Amino acid sequence: MNTSNATLQLPGTSVTKKSVLSRCLRQPGVMIGGTIILLFVLVAVAAPLIAPYKPNTSDWMAIRQGPTVAHWFGTDDLGRDILTRIIYGTQASLLVGIVSVAIAIAIGVPLGMVAGYFGGIVDMVISRITDALLACPFLVLAIAFAAFLGASLENAMIAIGISAMPIFVRLTRGQVMTVKAEDYVDAARLLGVPHRKIMLTYILPNAMAPIIVQATIIMATAVLAEASLAFLGLGQRPPSPSWGTMLDVARQFLTESPWMAIWPGIAIILLVMGFNLLGDGLNDALDPRRDD
Amino acid sequence: MLSYVLRRLAIAIPTLLLVSILVFSLLKFLPGDPAIALAGEERDPAVIEFLRQKYSLDQPLYVQYGKWLGGIVQGDFGLSIRTRLPIGEMIAQKLPVTIQLSVMAMILATLIGIPAGIIAALKRGTAADYGVSIIGLAGLSVPSFWLGIMLILLFAVTLGWFPSGGYVAFFDSPVDNLRHTLLPSLVLGTAAAAIVMRHTRSAMLQVLKQDYVRTARAKGLKERIVVVRHVLRNSLVPVVTMSTLHLGELLSGAVLTEQVFGIPGFGKMIVDGVFSRDYAVVQAVVLCSAALFLLMNLLADIAYVILSPRLRG
Repeated sequence: MNTSNATLQLPGTSVTKKSVLSRCLRQPGVMIGGTIILLFVLVAVAAPLIAPYKPNTSDWMAIRQGPTVAHWFGTDDLGRDILTRIIYGTQASLLVGIVSVAIAIAIGVPLGMVAGYFGGIVDMVISRITDALLACPFLVLAIAFAAFLGASLENAMIAIGISAMPIFVRLTRGQVMTVKAEDYVDAARLLGVPHRKIMLTYILPNAMAPIIVQATIIMATAVLAEASLAFLGLGQRPPSPSWGTMLDVARQFLTESPWMAIWPGIAIILLVMGFNLLGDGLNDALDPRRDD
Repeated sequence: MLSYVLRRLAIAIPTLLLVSILVFSLLKFLPGDPAIALAGEERDPAVIEFLRQKYSLDQPLYVQYGKWLGGIVQGDFGLSIRTRLPIGEMIAQKLPVTIQLSVMAMILATLIGIPAGIIAALKRGTAADYGVSIIGLAGLSVPSFWLGIMLILLFAVTLGWFPSGGYVAFFDSPVDNLRHTLLPSLVLGTAAAAIVMRHTRSAMLQVLKQDYVRTARAKGLKERIVVVRHVLRNSLVPVVTMSTLHLGELLSGAVLTEQVFGIPGFGKMIVDGVFSRDYAVVQAVVLCSAALFLLMNLLADIAYVILSPRLRG
């Protein structure tokens, strides 16, 4: 998994929101990656409009047919249109990417913030548990959780989210500890601003940049992980379309119908590349140490 | 050096203990009576009661945990419900397969990643740099199981150069062993190669900016010598550290690669364990992978200390 080591800090007042945005947009990675993801989002939303068929409609006259004019990407073992199922599969993949990272952030960032801000015994307990979770390989952990929860798309999201959570705890904790040392935080504390408010309005906004970068990169990891879980039979249940499940089925017909395996893989690569490009681009744009 | 290693070990052991508690409690939250699961087809209450007592399932949780952990420390992970074999033996049998794959994958990743990273850094901003970077990005983005399927399609099904799956032990037939493990290692090493490439490139770019490189060039050294002796040698420190760290992540990749190629390794063990609801196996595998991961981190730390003289002492 990619873990970005960006330890950056936005210099509070000197950088306006506008210049951050323009710096982001000047990065080719942000532009290309962003465009790819935007296209996938459009495809997912407009699936019923652009898909040539229904995702679960079988054409019994066209079982495992190679690419034709009627079925551009061919059909699968049940005579379903592969292009249609790839278009609908975009929904599952994007949903997993977004929801599982949202789960990871929703649990990980507050825990990291509390650990970094308060320190002491709270920090020790949270950090040790984080270390323990980080010691388990990401996919092994996700498989164990998914198996524990049972196979479904929702459970795959939860399993991936929990497995990615410790990454955000560690990252947020480090960020908060850096920002905490700033004079304006001391000032706020001396003025008697409550802890909650200091954390949310003084520290969090200044610790956000690397969290956003990491979130983007983890979305790539999450999409790959969902495909992997589905491929192992621990994700989306058939007949709902998912790229990983399509690949699992395709493997059985590899010699006779290779097209069944090719297209879902290309879809996964493109979406994951989009998230990776966006993450790398944001990292370059938000990291003041980079000199380009 | 020794005190440094001991200090790192002292940090790793509590982490591992905590992993064992997490793994143990995960299993305890599962619905169903483990004694009935252990009994399998046997429905006789006396047998179930016997198993419950034999495996201390009637004792309080902390006693059960203590006995479980005590067994593991002595290499006794319990019995697999599916195969009826001691899990410790299964791991001892399967782990070397995965280690072989991982080592081969790391060798391939180094052979591909370091030269590619050097080229990209030396030709920064050219078509070669962009080409290498795009291939690297693709390597990070491709699902390993899909790459495996495609390689099987091309090299096994179409060209017939390699078998499409299975495994032969090295000591039975070294040649067959290599024929069976080359494609899986390539699949496993792809993401690692991309990571090695990226680290080599950025480390080289850092070092190329240093004053001593300018000095070396200014005194008229051949570019080749500057690159090899001054730039490369100093760039490799972070590359070695990061690559060792990635070794732990290879375990994740091995799960899928072994599944696609039907290799009876450690990674496939967890998948088989999950599907046969053999949770004692899942427990053992997760715990072992955490231990391996921590060991890799320790090795990475040691490599870093050995390679950077400033930290020695």
